[in-house]
Amino acid sequence: MSENIIKIKITDREGKQHEVEAPTDMNFNLMEICQAAGLPVKGTCGGMALCASCHCYVLSNHELKEPSEDEEDMLDQAFYVEDNSRLGCQIAISNDIDGLEVQLALVDDED
Amino acid sequence: MIKTDILIIGAGPCGLFTVFEAGLLKLRCHLVDALPITGGQLSEVYPKKPIYDIPGFPSILAGDLVKNLEEQIAPFKPGFTLGERAESIEKNAEDNFILTTNKGTQIEAPVIAIAGGLGCFEPRRLPIPNATDFEENGLEYMVKDPEKFRDKRLLIAGGGDSALDWTIELSQIASEVTLIHRRSSFRGALDSVEKVAELAKANKINLITEAQAVGINGNGKLNEVVVKQKTQGEMKIEVDYFLPFFGLTPKLGPISEWGLNITKNAIEVDTLDYSTNVPGIYAIGDINTYQGKLKLILCGFHEATLMVQSAFKRIHPEQKLSFKYTTVMGVNGFEE
Repeated sequence: MSENIIKIKITDREGKQHEVEAPTDMNFNLMEICQAAGLPVKGTCGGMALCASCHCYVLSNHELKEPSEDEEDMLDQAFYVEDNSRLGCQIAISNDIDGLEVQLALVDDED
Repeated sequence: MIKTDILIIGAGPCGLFTVFEAGLLKLRCHLVDALPITGGQLSEVYPKKPIYDIPGFPSILAGDLVKNLEEQIAPFKPGFTLGERAESIEKNAEDNFILTTNKGTQIEAPVIAIAGGLGCFEPRRLPIPNATDFEENGLEYMVKDPEKFRDKRLLIAGGGDSALDWTIELSQIASEVTLIHRRSSFRGALDSVEKVAELAKANKINLITEAQAVGINGNGKLNEVVVKQKTQGEMKIEVDYFLPFFGLTPKLGPISEWGLNITKNAIEVDTLDYSTNVPGIYAIGDINTYQGKLKLILCGFHEATLMVQSAFKRIHPEQKLSFKYTTVMGVNGFEE
């Protein structure tokens, strides 16, 4: 495994697991990685924590940066929010999160 | 009936700027937008966010860009139909388009420019599988007439201004109001938050925080909402109406049924002039797609500029168009 590539396990809304590789040196966030993998994550707002279309649950025990107030405000407008809820666009792809496991949450603007 | 040269669907930055470029060619514009305000996403989603890639503006707040655009297009006296969604189009005997909005307003134009962004903003709907069965049957995403809720039992969900304001207002006429919110802090305006806290303290409303709706039940009409509270677990709340206020989200909507070629929620265009497969209909800004497309405001401005040149030839096939710089000609607005 190259040192600038990490692996992330994403469970889609049908329960199917996808293992995707993500480069850590390109300023990607998890929402963009989901999109690149062809997963149904709209990213309507383009990553500004303003639409909640990338709402997901963090299943693994990785220590992520605490969500900002903006992210919490947006999660207020999401559904089925749990303690492990996050917006994918606010999770930066870095070496610290190698092996991260997430599950996509139900959203209203899925196509 | 309203008549214009270019009917612009969407009053976001791209739609607004179209008025300017069209005006330079002496073409009149009328804008339709589902939102009651201009600016589209810039006003609805991120008015206080700075944008750094508008040429000539090292940084500008989205809301200020909208204000500037309005000032810039004012000489060309655009018409506005705001708060109405473009619903259907047909052709009349003169080969012009007639657009009808969801409120029945009709606008006639030889050219339509769809600058619809990501679609029209609609209330974010519950992803609960049976939720659609209860829409208009006890599940209400909007308050059209508060009187409907007089002497009724209501459950309101959300933590923003809509949820707080309606809780305050409807608590005066409803027989019972319960407000649920996922956190114990609210993001709405401070005085509304305080007012809601007062109402809860005086037992005028039931306030349940750290709680979310997880299910709805009823037989034809909604009569119960399943609410999950963090420490108390699931509880069932009997109500006449459930009003979730989870903000707005854009949907492509009726435009998808106009016979336009659509790929992944975007309208395919010819980059020569941003025309669609339907002669006379153009698509510009975030709503279109083509090879190399970037969803940037500045690209939308470029698209609008080229599009009106093509629209001019369509509207006035007999006239020659000579290109003039604004620096040379100035901006000659319309009198009326």
